[in-house]
Amino acid sequence: MALLMKGEQKPKLGVFKFASCDGCQLSILNLEDELLLLGEALDIAYFPEASSRMDPGPYDIALVEGSITTEEDRERIKAVREQAKVLMTIGACATAGGIQALRNWADIESYKQVVYPRPDFVRTLATSTPIADHVKVDYELRGCPIDKDQLRRVITDLLAGVQPRIPTDSVCLECKRRGNVCVVVAKGMPCLGPVTSGGCGAICPSMGRDCYGCFGPAEGVVKGAGHPPNTSSLAKQFHDRLGLIPIEVVRRFRGINGAAASFRRESEAWAVEHTNSEGS
Amino acid sequence: MSSSDHGAFPSADLQRLLDLLGAKGHRVVGPTLRDGAVVWDTIARVSDLPIGWRDHQAPARYRLEQTGTGEVFGIVHGPQSLKPFAFAPREPLLQIERTNGGLSIYPRLPKPEKIALLGARPCDVAGLAIQDQIFLRGPYRDSPYASRREGLFVIAVNCTRALPTCFCSSMKTGPRAQSGFDLALTELDDVLLIEAGSEAGKAVLTELPVSPASETLLAEASKRIGACAESQGRLQEQAALPQALYDAYDHPRWDDVAARCLACTNCTMVCPTCFCHTIEDAPTLDGQHTERTRLWDSCFTHEHGYIHGKNIRPMIKDRYRMWLTHKFAAWHDQFGMSGCVGCGRCITWCPVGIDVREELSALLASDGRSAARRSDNP
Amino acid sequence: MINPHLIHAATIVEKMRETADIHTYRIRINDEAERRQYRFAAGQFNMVSLFGVGEVAISIVSDPDEPEYLDHTIRAVGRVTNAVARLQAGDVLGIRGPFGRGWPLDEARGHDLVIVTGGLGCAPVVGAIEYIFRRRNQYGAVKILHGVKTPEDLVFHERFERWERQPDTEVLLTSDRPGKLWRYHVGVVTELFEMVSFDPVQTVVLMCGPEIMMRVGVPILLRRGLPATSVYVSLERHMECGIGLCGHCQMGPYFVCKDGPVMRYDRIESWLGRPGV
Repeated sequence: MALLMKGEQKPKLGVFKFASCDGCQLSILNLEDELLLLGEALDIAYFPEASSRMDPGPYDIALVEGSITTEEDRERIKAVREQAKVLMTIGACATAGGIQALRNWADIESYKQVVYPRPDFVRTLATSTPIADHVKVDYELRGCPIDKDQLRRVITDLLAGVQPRIPTDSVCLECKRRGNVCVVVAKGMPCLGPVTSGGCGAICPSMGRDCYGCFGPAEGVVKGAGHPPNTSSLAKQFHDRLGLIPIEVVRRFRGINGAAASFRRESEAWAVEHTNSEGS
Repeated sequence: MSSSDHGAFPSADLQRLLDLLGAKGHRVVGPTLRDGAVVWDTIARVSDLPIGWRDHQAPARYRLEQTGTGEVFGIVHGPQSLKPFAFAPREPLLQIERTNGGLSIYPRLPKPEKIALLGARPCDVAGLAIQDQIFLRGPYRDSPYASRREGLFVIAVNCTRALPTCFCSSMKTGPRAQSGFDLALTELDDVLLIEAGSEAGKAVLTELPVSPASETLLAEASKRIGACAESQGRLQEQAALPQALYDAYDHPRWDDVAARCLACTNCTMVCPTCFCHTIEDAPTLDGQHTERTRLWDSCFTHEHGYIHGKNIRPMIKDRYRMWLTHKFAAWHDQFGMSGCVGCGRCITWCPVGIDVREELSALLASDGRSAARRSDNP
Repeated sequence: MINPHLIHAATIVEKMRETADIHTYRIRINDEAERRQYRFAAGQFNMVSLFGVGEVAISIVSDPDEPEYLDHTIRAVGRVTNAVARLQAGDVLGIRGPFGRGWPLDEARGHDLVIVTGGLGCAPVVGAIEYIFRRRNQYGAVKILHGVKTPEDLVFHERFERWERQPDTEVLLTSDRPGKLWRYHVGVVTELFEMVSFDPVQTVVLMCGPEIMMRVGVPILLRRGLPATSVYVSLERHMECGIGLCGHCQMGPYFVCKDGPVMRYDRIESWLGRPGV
C-alpha cells in the first residue's frame, strides 16, 4: 500500500499527460476555490497544463492522465513511475485505455490512411492500453472526466497519510439515493448504470439520459476482492427486452471504457453474435 | 367499516383538505409526474396531482397512461416509498472539528418539518411502521429518524386497483390500510371517503366539511377493495416460509438467480423496509473539519460483507441469498415480522425483472432440480 | 437516552507495542463527565473513530472495574487501523460505545475454563483471561489452548508465560508449521484438545479465532460430553454502526454487533463457517 508519511515538507505533486484530451487535468483546475487550498497543501511541482513551472522529480504524488499509444510513451511512463512515490491514474484513458482503445478492434493502418494527409509521419502503436498494463499503479480514479469531488477526497486522504477510499459500487446506488426515476424501467433506455461504477453522482440518469459507462465496470473496492459485474445479464436484457440488435449491444459496451476487461468480454461475445446473425 | 367514523366528500372538494393541511402548517407532499413515473413532491393545488393518469407495472417495466378520467389517485405508486421521508438517503450525523489538542463534536439533526404525505398506499404505510420498529423501538432510538418521523402526517389512500406486481394481500398489509395512518381516503369515482386513524387525523377531520358516508358508499368501497385483494396472485406458504428459506440455503436456484441478478442495488433502494446504511467521514482539504454522514447502503455492494482482507459474501449468489433470506426469514427473528410488505417495487424496478414471488416459489419447491430453470419472460 | 451516534473524544495515554503491527492503545475519555458515565462489560467493543478517516470496531481488553483507562489492542490491517497505527501518545481519537455482548464471565464464575484461540485474532479473549486471573480464586482450573500458523505469529508472548505461572493453569501452544526455536507442539489447535482433560459438566469453553476453527473444533469438544450451551464463540463481521441498524454484520438471523460478538455456540452453530453467510 503506497502512502505518504507525514513530514516537514509539503508533498510534491506532478501531473503527467499521455494520450488523452486533457479533460481530467481540467477537472483539477475546476476545483476552483479548493485549488488554492490544494496549492497550500501540496507543492505543485510539475503540471504543464496549469503552470510553466516544471520541476524535476522525485514526486510524492504523480497523477497520470491518458493511455499508452506510442513507443515513446511506453518508456516515458516507466520514468514517471520511477520518480513517483504514489502513482494514481486519473480518468478512463489511463485506467482502461479510453475511447482511443477502439483501435484495439480495428486496423490502425487503415485509420491512419483515413485521418492523416501524411500517414507516414505518424508513429503509433496498434493498441491503446491502460497505464496499469505498463507500470504498477497505486490508485485509480475512474471517469471521463474524473469527478472533482472524488479527486479532492482522494488527495485529502493521501495528505493525511490514509489509504484513499474509492468505492466502485453501481451507478444505481447513487441514482436511487438522488431519487431519480430509473430510465431502464420507465423509458426502456439501455442504461449501463447497473454494471457501471458510481462516483459520478449518477449525472446522466439525473438528466434523463442513460449511463454510457464512463466510470467503467463496477467491480469492487479492492482490486481482486470483487467480482466483475454481471454484464451478460444486462446485455441479454438490452437484446431480449429492450430490442437492441447484437451490433447495438456491442456498441453499448464498446465505448469510453470498451477496453476494460468485463466490458471488452461482453462486447466481444456480442460481436460474435452479430457476425453469426449477419451470416444467417 | 361503519358509517359513523367515515365521512364523504366530492373529489372536486379535495382542495379544501389541502388548504386545511396547509393552514395547520404542513407542507403537503403527494404524487407528481416526473420522468415517466410519479415521484413525491410538494402539492399546492389539486391540479398538481396526476389526475387521470394510471400506471402499468410489470417486471422491469413501468409506463404511464392518461385515461381521460377525473381519477385523482389512479396511479398505484412510483419508485419511491415513504422511506426517504424518515430514513433519509443522505443524513448528516456529526460535525467534527479539530481544536487545540482535541476534537469538538457537534451532533447534527434535520430541521423539523411538518409534512403531510398525501396518497400513501397501505403497503407503504406498513413499510413505514416496519421502519419505525427498527429505528425507534430497538435498544436505541435513532434521533435523526425520530426527528423526521415526528413531523409526518400520513394520508393513506386505500387501493381499488392492483398491479400485476402487487401482493399486499398475501403480506396482509393491504389493499386497505389497517393502522399507521392519520387519515385514510378511498376514491370511488367522483367521491372520496375519509376516515381518521389517529388523534391528529381526527383533529383535521373535524374541521373538514364532510357528510357522513352512506352505507351504500361504504359497501361499494368494501366491494372494490375486496376485488382488488382478490385480483392479486397469492404468495403461498407464508407460515412455513422462514424455515423453508433457511433450509433452502444450498438450493440450486440461487445459482440460477445469480446468473440474472446484476447486484445493482435497485431492489434494496426502492424497498420500503430495507434499512442498510453506511457511514462516511468527509474531511475538508485542510484537515480541520470533517462531516459524518449516513448514506443508504445495500447488501448487494462489494463492500457490504468486506472485512479486513476478505469478503464474507463475494458472490452475487451470496448477496441475493442474504437479501431474500433476510426479507422473508431473518426479519421474523430480528423484528418479529416479515420484512416484505408486498408492494412489488423490487419486481418493477429490477432492471432485469427478477420477481421475488417466482424465486420464492422455486426455492420452496422440494425438488431443487425441477426448480432450476425458469421459463423465459413472455 | 444516549445518542449512539455521538463520539467521545479520547486521548491516547500510552501506546504499547505487542508486535511490529499490533499495538495496545490505552486511552482516556477527555471530558470528565463523559468519562465518569462510561461503563463497560468484559468483551464489549468500542467503535474507534479516527478524525476524517472512519471507524472500526475494537474490543476493550482492559478491566471493566477500571473504566477510566480503556485498552484497545489494534492490528494495522485495514484503512482505519493503518491510520490509527500512526498515532502516538497524546493524540486524540474518538470512541462510541460500549456495544455488544461480551464473554459470559459472570456465568462462568466457579467453573473451569477452556480457552481456545487461533491465529492473530485472539485479542478479544486476552481481556477475558486477564479479568479471570485478577479474580483467580473465583474461577476453577484454566486451560489456555492457542494455535498459530507459524512460530512468528505468536504474539503476547510474555502474557502466555505469565499466565502459565498462575495456579491451576495450563497453557498449551501449537504452531501449524515448525520453527527452529519453537519448543511447543506442532500441528493444528484441535490437536491440543487431546492433550487436555476437562470435566464436561464443570467446564465453560471460550473460543476465538477463524470460523473454520470453531466449526471443526467445537464438535470435537462436544463429543467429549460437553454441552453445546457451555461453549461461547467470538465472531467477526463488518460493522459500521455497532447498534444493529446498519445491516452489515448480519450472520443468518443475528446482528453480530448486537447479538454478539460473543455468542453461545448452540445459537450460531448452523451458520458458523458456512461460505457466503
